[in-house]
Amino acid sequence: MNVVIQLERVTRTYALGATTVQALRGVSLQIRSGEFVAILGASGSGKSTLMNLIGCLDRPTAGHYFLDGVDVAKLDHDQLADIRNEKIGFVFQSFNLLTRTSALQNVELPALYSSSRISASLRRNRAREALELVGLAGRAHHHPNQLSGGEQQRVAIARAIANQPSVLLADEPTGNLDSRTSAEIMTVFQSLNQRGITIVMVTHELDIARFAKRNVFMRDGLVRKDELVAAPLDSRAELARWNQAEQTEPQLVLTP
Amino acid sequence: MTALNASRIALHALGRNKLRSALTALGIIIGVGSLIALLAIGHGARAEVEKQVASLGENVIQVSAGSITKSAAKLGLGSSGALTVEDAEALKEEIPDAIAVSPEVKIKTQVVAGNRNWSTEIYGNSPEYFRIRQWATSAGEIFTEQDVRGATKVAVIGQMAADQLFDEDEDPIGELIRIRGVPFKVVGVLAVKGASASGSDQDDSIIIPHTTAIRHLIGKQTGLRRIYVQAASLDVLPTVEKKVGELLRQRHHIETGSDDDFKVRSQLEIAESATATARTMTVLLSLIAGVSLVVGGIGIMNIMLVSVTERTREIGIRMAIGAHRRDIMRQFLIEAVTLSALGGVIGIACGTGAAKMLATLAQWPTLISPDAVLIAFVFSAVVGIFFGYYPARKASRLDPIEALRYE
Repeated sequence: MNVVIQLERVTRTYALGATTVQALRGVSLQIRSGEFVAILGASGSGKSTLMNLIGCLDRPTAGHYFLDGVDVAKLDHDQLADIRNEKIGFVFQSFNLLTRTSALQNVELPALYSSSRISASLRRNRAREALELVGLAGRAHHHPNQLSGGEQQRVAIARAIANQPSVLLADEPTGNLDSRTSAEIMTVFQSLNQRGITIVMVTHELDIARFAKRNVFMRDGLVRKDELVAAPLDSRAELARWNQAEQTEPQLVLTP
Repeated sequence: MTALNASRIALHALGRNKLRSALTALGIIIGVGSLIALLAIGHGARAEVEKQVASLGENVIQVSAGSITKSAAKLGLGSSGALTVEDAEALKEEIPDAIAVSPEVKIKTQVVAGNRNWSTEIYGNSPEYFRIRQWATSAGEIFTEQDVRGATKVAVIGQMAADQLFDEDEDPIGELIRIRGVPFKVVGVLAVKGASASGSDQDDSIIIPHTTAIRHLIGKQTGLRRIYVQAASLDVLPTVEKKVGELLRQRHHIETGSDDDFKVRSQLEIAESATATARTMTVLLSLIAGVSLVVGGIGIMNIMLVSVTERTREIGIRMAIGAHRRDIMRQFLIEAVTLSALGGVIGIACGTGAAKMLATLAQWPTLISPDAVLIAFVFSAVVGIFFGYYPARKASRLDPIEALRYE
C-alpha cells in the first residue's frame, strides 16, 4: 500500500507573547492508504496541532510533511485550500454544518469550491451518493436543526467524503455524542474504511480508539507509542450488544 | 467557485437577515433617492432657464449701448446713445454672416384703447426682429419693411397687452390704440412667449417700427437701446460677434486700449451666465446627497463587519472545506454590493417618485435625466465595493483554525 501521509521530524511552535510554546517537538509518522488510525492523547499533548497540520490548515515550523508525495510546507494559501478541498475531508467534534442550509446543500459545498468545474447536476448526484453512504438519503432536505446529533455528524461525514478525498480527518468525532450514537458513527467509519477510505481520527476516549486498526499515543508533543490494535472492535457487533442490553434494561428498571 | 454560485450564497445570507438587510439598504436608498430628486430639481431649474434663453431667438447677438458717466454718476447700459440706426445698417451690410439685424429703441408709457388704458413697454424694431427672436403672430401680421421706410403708425401687440387693452370677444386687429396720444393701428397680436432670461414678461409689450418710434415718440437725439444681430449659424456666431465688435469700434473711432461705448453679448454668453446659478445649485445639492450616500456606505460597512464577526465560524468551515481567500472575499463583497445596488435601484425609484411629486404638488420644474440615474446607480455600486472591501478582506484573512474554534 502506498504512503498517503508522511511526517518527518515535524515541529510546530507558537509564539505566545514573549514565550514560545512547542506544541510538536519532532513528530515522525507514516500512514498508508486504507489505514484507520486513532491518535490519542490528553489535552495539551499536541494531537490537535498534529491534526491541523495533517489537515493542511497549518504548516509545520520545521520538518517535512508529504501528503500524497507533495511537500505541503512549500505551498501557499490557495494551494493549501485546493489540497483541503480535493484530498482531505474534515469531520469536527461540533459537526460544523452550515445552519439554515439543507443537508444536501451542506454536502454539495466541497464541490462548490472545487477548482475543477463540477456541473450542478454532477454536484447534486455526488452529494446524494455521499448521503446514501452514511444512510441519510431520506433526510437530504432537512436542515441541521431538524436532525439529531448523530444525524448531523453523519451529514458532516457525507460532506467530508463528497469530493472523494485521500484522507478523512476526524477531530473528536464522538465528543458531543452519547455512547450508542458514537458506536453508530464508528459503524459509518468502519464501513467507509472497508471501502478503502483512509481515516485519521483524533480522540481522547480509549474505547472509541479501539474501533480503529492502529493507535498512536501522543504526549508532550511527541509520539510515545504507535501500535496496531490486535483485534479492533466491530461496531456492528457492539451495536447489537447495545440493543440486547436495551431490551433487558427496562425490566431491570421496572423491578424495584 | 463561479460568480453565479458566489452570488447565490451571498443572496442566501442576505435573505436570512431580511430586516437587517433592509435597514442597511435604507441608508443607500435615502442617499440615492435624495441624489436623484435633487439632481432632478437642479436639472429642471436649468432646463427652465435654458428654455428662457432659447426664447431669445436663434444665434442671437445683442449689442447694447454702453454706459456714460454724467456728473460722476454712472448711468446704466444703453445710456450713452452711441448706437445709431446707421450702425445697425452698417452691420447688416458689411458682415455677410449677419443675416438679420434689428435696431431697438424702447420707452415705457401709458397706452389707451377705447376706455381702457395700460402701462407697457413700447419697442421700436425692424421687421427682422420677429425673425431673429423667432416670434410669430397668433393673429394678424407683423409690420413690413415698407412700414419702416414710411414710418407708418402700426403696432404689433403682445398677448398680455392685448388682454389688458381689449375685451376677450373683441378682435384687436384693425383697432386703434393711442401711445402718448399718437394713434396706432393694431396689425398683429404676438404668440405667447413667457418670461425672458432676466425674468420680465415678454408678452407685456408693444412693437412698432423703429422709425415711427423715433419720429413720433422719442426724437432723433436719443440713441438706440440695443441692436439685435442674428448669425447665420451657431458655428459662425463667435466670428460674427467678433466682427460686430471690430466694426463698431472702427465706426465709433475707439482706439485699442480704450473702453468701448457698447457691449456685445452672444446668446451663448447669456446662456452661460443664466445657467451658472442653476449649475451651482445642482452641484451643492448633489454634494449634500453624496454625503448621505457616504453615510449609507458606512452603514453597510458597519453591518458587514458585524456579519463577518458573527459568521467567523462559517468562514472557518468554508475555508476548511477548500474555499480560497478570494472566494470568501467575493462572497462578502457581493453581499455588500448587492445591498448597495439594491438600495440604489429602490432609491432611484423613490427619488423619481419624489421628484414627480414635487413637480405636481409644488409646481417645481423637475427633470430626471438618464445620466443622473446611471450615475446614481454606478455610484451606489461603487459605495458598496468601497465600503464592503475592508470587511470582506478581513473575512478572507481569517485564520481557518482560529475561525473554526470561534464560539
